[in-house]
Amino acid sequence: MPGLSKWNAVMIISKNSGVFLQEIGELSRFAARFWREWLRPRYEFREFIRQCFVIGYKSLPLTGLTAFIMGLVLTMQLHPSMIYYGVESLIPSMVGIAIVREVGPVLTALIFAGKIGSSIGAELGSMKVTEQIDAMEVSGTNPFKYLVVTRTAASMVMLPILVIISDSISLYGSYLGNNIYERTTFILFFRQVFDSLVVADIIPAVIKTFFFGFAVGIIGCFKGYFTDKGTEGVGRAANSAVVVSSVMIFILDLVVVQITDLMNLYD
Amino acid sequence: MNESVISIRGLSKTFGTNRVLDHFDLVLHRGENLAVLGKSGSGKSVLIKCIIGLIRPDEGNIEVLGQNMLNLNREELDDIRVKIGFLFQSNALYDSMTVRDNLEFPLRRHSFRLAPAEVNHMVMEALRNVGLEHAVDMMPAELSGGMRKRIALARTLILKPEIILYDEPTTGLDPITSLEIINLINAIRGKFGTSSLIITHDLKCVKLTADRIAMLIDGHCHVTGDFEGLRSSSDERISPFFS
Repeated sequence: MPGLSKWNAVMIISKNSGVFLQEIGELSRFAARFWREWLRPRYEFREFIRQCFVIGYKSLPLTGLTAFIMGLVLTMQLHPSMIYYGVESLIPSMVGIAIVREVGPVLTALIFAGKIGSSIGAELGSMKVTEQIDAMEVSGTNPFKYLVVTRTAASMVMLPILVIISDSISLYGSYLGNNIYERTTFILFFRQVFDSLVVADIIPAVIKTFFFGFAVGIIGCFKGYFTDKGTEGVGRAANSAVVVSSVMIFILDLVVVQITDLMNLYD
Repeated sequence: MNESVISIRGLSKTFGTNRVLDHFDLVLHRGENLAVLGKSGSGKSVLIKCIIGLIRPDEGNIEVLGQNMLNLNREELDDIRVKIGFLFQSNALYDSMTVRDNLEFPLRRHSFRLAPAEVNHMVMEALRNVGLEHAVDMMPAELSGGMRKRIALARTLILKPEIILYDEPTTGLDPITSLEIINLINAIRGKFGTSSLIITHDLKCVKLTADRIAMLIDGHCHVTGDFEGLRSSSDERISPFFS
């Protein structure tokens, strides 16, 4: 019955589209609530600082190691091709621009989404299914402010800092990678990197990481805050927090690249 | 005992097509232990979550300590919630915090000017009330089910509430621990003069704690009475609970 199967397919697509659009709507409302509540007293400053430590400091070893390997490997992979074309002296400039503009922010944000997005989703999800969020509510605490605002704000603040540190570590990895093939001094390498970079490379790259941090924080909180179906739901919340925030990072990146292109920032 | 601290009129709540509460009426008097008895899934937990404002009912009126819970804004609701203790069925201890931090959490939210020594004194006093001073620096994961229930009760007591809502306080506990919790419920009433609404399907708990029992059947309060009166009832919808 080809007609029926076509009809079924239409039904399934329309149902899934409905669910997807509904989720987008709920996430937008959730995000709007964040902006409404984060400037309103009472301020959960202690919890915010604690979250900055948990989210930022504890992510540093992972993002730092990843960044180091990425810088090293990128340089080692580029080297043979650059020698082939006789432009190996451009490696520091090329790697510098690639890391600062794109690879550093996006890769760090993806690692951050994997580590922090999943941990926020799982933590809030388990608090939800064990009624800890309700307990907070009945003890006269606004759980949205205490849990969601602090974690999302800490993600927004800490991811740009992590990206700046990771970019530096990555460039150092690239310097070491370059030294495997040819001896370059530290000062010469970094002078070439910074000579090729302009403010328009750095500012949009840092600004977009605020949005990446916001996306990871708010999506992790959203998935955790509305967890249901017990422990299975907690696992699903952690998983979908990573998937959705990773996709969102690429979408935001695409939007930022389009905007910077339209503004002719790199000309 | 005639002054009412909770007054519920015509409370209704529907989830999808399932009408869980249907014009439910109930009054809790000051100093009274009132048990709401009903089958699993009959809407008992929905009832107390409506009272504390975790679930918004579709219709009806809930007055707690003279204030209509459904007309309060966020700040007013938080203020009245301080006067209501809530013991969750799952205990709902914050598992990333020690027992001390769990007990300090509501204190620090509502009593900003307390000195650290005063906070410590209140925490230890609350733990003494439930006989668990030695557990102060333990994590919830290190506690047994009965200990967790008692710590949750200590956290409920720390703000000295006028009303305590117990959601299935003895469910999942062995008979001895269950009896300990029942004794604690009675001791708390004796010591602090609190009014309690106890949601349960545990007959032993009902018999040993309740001054009055309300039967929640088909979403509404079918009948209220004392234990002996209901046990001897010939009503075919009540007698199965006591058989």
